[in-house]
Amino acid sequence: MILRVRDLRVAFPAGTAVDGIGFDLDRGRTLGVVGESGSGKSVSSLAIMGLHREAAVSGSIVFDGEELVGAPASRLRELRGRRMAMVFQDPLSSLHPFYTVGEQIAEAYRLHLRASRRVARERAVEMLAEVGIPEPRRRAGEHPHRFSGGMRQRVMIAMALSCEPDLLIADEPTTALDVTVQAQILELIKRIQQDRGIAVMLITHDLGVVARVADEVLVMYGGRTVEHAPVREIFRAPRHPYTQGLLASAPRLTAGSAEGSPDPAAGGAAGPAAGGRLRAIPGSPPSLLAPPPGCRFHPRCARYAATPEDACVTEAPELREFRGPLEIHEIREIHTGRALRPVGPEGAPAGPVHRTACHLTGTLGGPR
Amino acid sequence: MTRYLLRRLAAVAGVLLVICAVTFAVFYVLPSDPAAHACGKTCTPEQVALVRTQMGLDRPVYEQFGGYVAGIFTGRTLGDGPAALECSVPCFGYSYQNALPVWDLLTDRLPVSVSLALGAAVLWLAGGLAVGLVAALRRGTTLDRSLMAATLASASAPVYFTAMMLLLVLVQRLEWLPYPDYRPISEGPAAWAGNLLLPWMTLASLYAAMYARLTRASMIETMAEPYIRTARAKGLYERTVVTKHGLRSALTPIVTIFGMDLGGLLAGAVITEHVFGLPGVGQLTYDAIFKADQPVVLGVTLLAAFFITLANLGVDLVYAVIDPRVRYA
Repeated sequence: MILRVRDLRVAFPAGTAVDGIGFDLDRGRTLGVVGESGSGKSVSSLAIMGLHREAAVSGSIVFDGEELVGAPASRLRELRGRRMAMVFQDPLSSLHPFYTVGEQIAEAYRLHLRASRRVARERAVEMLAEVGIPEPRRRAGEHPHRFSGGMRQRVMIAMALSCEPDLLIADEPTTALDVTVQAQILELIKRIQQDRGIAVMLITHDLGVVARVADEVLVMYGGRTVEHAPVREIFRAPRHPYTQGLLASAPRLTAGSAEGSPDPAAGGAAGPAAGGRLRAIPGSPPSLLAPPPGCRFHPRCARYAATPEDACVTEAPELREFRGPLEIHEIREIHTGRALRPVGPEGAPAGPVHRTACHLTGTLGGPR
Repeated sequence: MTRYLLRRLAAVAGVLLVICAVTFAVFYVLPSDPAAHACGKTCTPEQVALVRTQMGLDRPVYEQFGGYVAGIFTGRTLGDGPAALECSVPCFGYSYQNALPVWDLLTDRLPVSVSLALGAAVLWLAGGLAVGLVAALRRGTTLDRSLMAATLASASAPVYFTAMMLLLVLVQRLEWLPYPDYRPISEGPAAWAGNLLLPWMTLASLYAAMYARLTRASMIETMAEPYIRTARAKGLYERTVVTKHGLRSALTPIVTIFGMDLGGLLAGAVITEHVFGLPGVGQLTYDAIFKADQPVVLGVTLLAAFFITLANLGVDLVYAVIDPRVRYA
């Protein structure tokens, strides 16, 4: 287990952005963290990197057996860039405009591995070649503005990987890129993850990205986890009304799956059929200053609107394993999904079980 | 880079020519009679007419302007007959007051203004950048607020007020410094610097305050850039993040302002020189304006324009070194 997060909370003077999330991440695995802007997904990743300067971080972040919450800043600095690295959303503004990409890649390598200028420079060229930049030796001497968006993100990835970290956090790495380039960058991240066996935490609001690279998915809403499951299950049998809403609002090219038949009273389905209308989730994300009581999603929840229950307003739902009755095809799919996943030492599934934080899931006799 | 430099130099020459034409137009063509000023108050109309012919003011404007510009590069003879004045290269004409060549007046005064400007610039850059940097890094603290309040006061105080206060406190009351009495650097750097200290402090207190505020704002903006977060994510030491990644970017707007400020001051700080009785270009300007000594005013204006365009050229070159994006533009 390279990363073990428990009850992570990040509080800013203006409010609490992350309110108790937890997950495990192994080497060689990819966790997709999904949510709207303001759901706390980036804030969580910055907390893991120790990059918050004005926020109070509490709970537990154990990185390779070492507790990071409360660790001295100097220790976090040593780990940053060396053992855990981060790729950001906008590769142009995230690269310093005044230094060549070679200099910027070599900088962390020189510092952390005490390499000479020449060795670090060679390393930079090597990294540029690895992330697929043609003529790496010449390009290393150029400044970021001479690169295209996709090439810049490759540079960012080369920079993040130069010291061979165990954990790579990619915060919306493809959001600022052209669609055609997005796929290339995702392929690159996937390839590097497989080649090096590193753990990847991929933050995105794009379910397509998650479907492409993640092993498991953590869905965040209002600073809390609402659903956490293997990637296949998120797409085949979403439990939380918010996850279902996300899927229904994402365009799909394929025809709707078997469970795609929408039941309006249940708050949307797992995705509209091709040619069907995309359904936006009504309302807007909750405010950090005054989050709604109880389940933070209830003001926007179609299922709550259909069958309101007091608990939704009074009590924050626990994240628990889903035990409601499943339909036969669901059971089959979940089982096949599990069978495809790597198996842990005791024969237990290495991935997480399917957990959801919703008072109404299960009580209705099914997710939809 | 060479091509860039040549292009920039050509632009400087063009700008100077335009400024020259405009200034010439203002002082020679607008309805005031240079001949009457040149001749003096006791002149009869006949004498004024004679002077007018001698100064070439009866010729077409473009010819006068051509003569003026040509004089700068080739020298010229003003008037003819026994009253003719030989004006050697570079000829900016003669002062109405004392019939000395404008060029000699300028070159006599220039070292004073340059000493004043450069010394003050060193002080205000050091002070302004340091204060601005500290305030930015301690943003929102009491230290930040007190520093910013102090700079606001200092930037708001008029130069003559600051100068008088410094004179009153440091010279009159505490007697730490002698009353400034300009000594050229050839008489020893200690005497030179000692006597310039008060004027330097006066100018620097004004500019340092503005630079501190500018540095603070620029630094705060830069430190919020995503590439600063990248630098931290790399695990760099905070001081590397602040200096190598932050300060370097934050300095670019300051370089621009500094070029213009220094350029303007090199051609004389009128009020400061006047208050401290420094015999610089500013003082010359002050006198020339009061005496309507047009050739001198014109010469001073051109000198100021020259320094400002030169300083801007310097800024552009420094920019090309600092910011690689400029080089390709």
